[in-house]
Amino acid sequence: MDNTVLLGVWLAVGLTLFMYSFLYKDNVFFRFGEHVYLGISIGYIIVRVIFNNFINDLYKPLVEDRDYILIIPALMGLALYTRFFTRIAWVSRVIFAFIVGFGAGLGIPRTIAGGIFKQLEGVLMPLAAIKDGFFFNADGNFTLVNINSLIIIVGITSVLVYFFFSVEHKGVVKSVSRVGIYFVMIAFGASFGYTVMGRMSLLIGRCYDLIEFSSPKYYYASIVLLIMLILVFIIYEVVIKKGEVLKTNE
Amino acid sequence: MIKRQLPLLIAFAMGVIFIIQFFIPHQISQDLLTWVNKWLMIIGGISLLLGIYSLLNFHYLQIFRNKPGWGFSLIMFFSFLISVVVGFTPSLINVILPLPESSVQSAEQVKEWYRITGLKDGSSLDWIFRHGITPLSATMFSIIGFFIASAAFRAFRARSLEATLLLLAAVFIMLGQTPLGGMLWSGIPDIMTWILSTPNTAAKRAILFGIAMGSISFSLKIIFGIERAYLGGKN
Repeated sequence: MDNTVLLGVWLAVGLTLFMYSFLYKDNVFFRFGEHVYLGISIGYIIVRVIFNNFINDLYKPLVEDRDYILIIPALMGLALYTRFFTRIAWVSRVIFAFIVGFGAGLGIPRTIAGGIFKQLEGVLMPLAAIKDGFFFNADGNFTLVNINSLIIIVGITSVLVYFFFSVEHKGVVKSVSRVGIYFVMIAFGASFGYTVMGRMSLLIGRCYDLIEFSSPKYYYASIVLLIMLILVFIIYEVVIKKGEVLKTNE
Repeated sequence: MIKRQLPLLIAFAMGVIFIIQFFIPHQISQDLLTWVNKWLMIIGGISLLLGIYSLLNFHYLQIFRNKPGWGFSLIMFFSFLISVVVGFTPSLINVILPLPESSVQSAEQVKEWYRITGLKDGSSLDWIFRHGITPLSATMFSIIGFFIASAAFRAFRARSLEATLLLLAAVFIMLGQTPLGGMLWSGIPDIMTWILSTPNTAAKRAILFGIAMGSISFSLKIIFGIERAYLGGKN
């Protein structure tokens, strides 16, 4: 077994157990793991940004390809920091306007194309064709797809009515918006179910790793570190309890 | 005057240019988009340092003022420094603990790769990512699963028709994704598929319409200078 991998496994197991110790109660190990996570993540982001944004996107084209126009975005990036100097703070607004204006212009046609037309395309489907007095789909088969398409149209209309606040919700509008609430509730339930299952799959992944790392191949990393953690907790609790009893007696 | 009007003029010009750009399928138009995107990557990279500075400054003040929990801020700084030093020192870990034959690279290869990507399989930073960031992220998010489940246990009571629908949808989705659901009743995975493809799609589409309308109107307000909150300040 390679030493770097072994060291990495013990580190990963230790940090995982530190984080799960929060399920017992908020403790020093959890907070240690939390701050380590924050520190290494920020460090990692810095390294990535410097290599990708500065070296690859700026330094390399500027020095090697002599693409001197890139000095402009570099200066624009630095100009954002003029916000800290009251007299020249207005310069940063010009850069913000450049970024926000670009985003607004880029967003409008793409939102119309992707967020409205593409969504409408999925809704505006032939519901059914009448044949011998019965309803059939576009292929001539009687299937539940027709009913589902109808449900989708009813759902979209009622949810839009529910979110339409320019008209007072009473009478027919109230009834339709009520149907909209039911659709929204089902969608929220589905999202919730998905979120929980996503988190559960992560938990299973961590448990799977802990079980794998408890094998002799990894020198029983999970078992050894778990026992150590439990012992430290027991000693800590005993010392704390003893301290409290002594304080009360005094 | 120019301090106030120039940003509005630039926002208007950029907005109009990139609305028109969408309708011109010419190489020059595509190049313009790529070019501005590249610029924004550089500007974004430089501005990101501000956020990182704010976080580090907060923890520095925690330590400097000896506030409760300052020791954890020290740990944060220490971890941050390890990550940065290792990131900028290719193969530092490899020097301390040699890598297996298969992943050993020549110094020139490592240098070249770092010049291009800054990250490589088997590099020191990759080691931190695989054995530090990945397990910590997965553990952190999986812990949230426990709290979501316990909160749901308290909140999901079928008191009304709305709450019942929410509960049923969540139960069918959760059971439908596990083998247990199919074992309990073969219809559960089908119900899950129907929920996702029909009522869920309807509600999500309606919400997407709303978001699209909102973002279009907000973008138009920015372009025409009605929305100026992003400029901030009074002067």
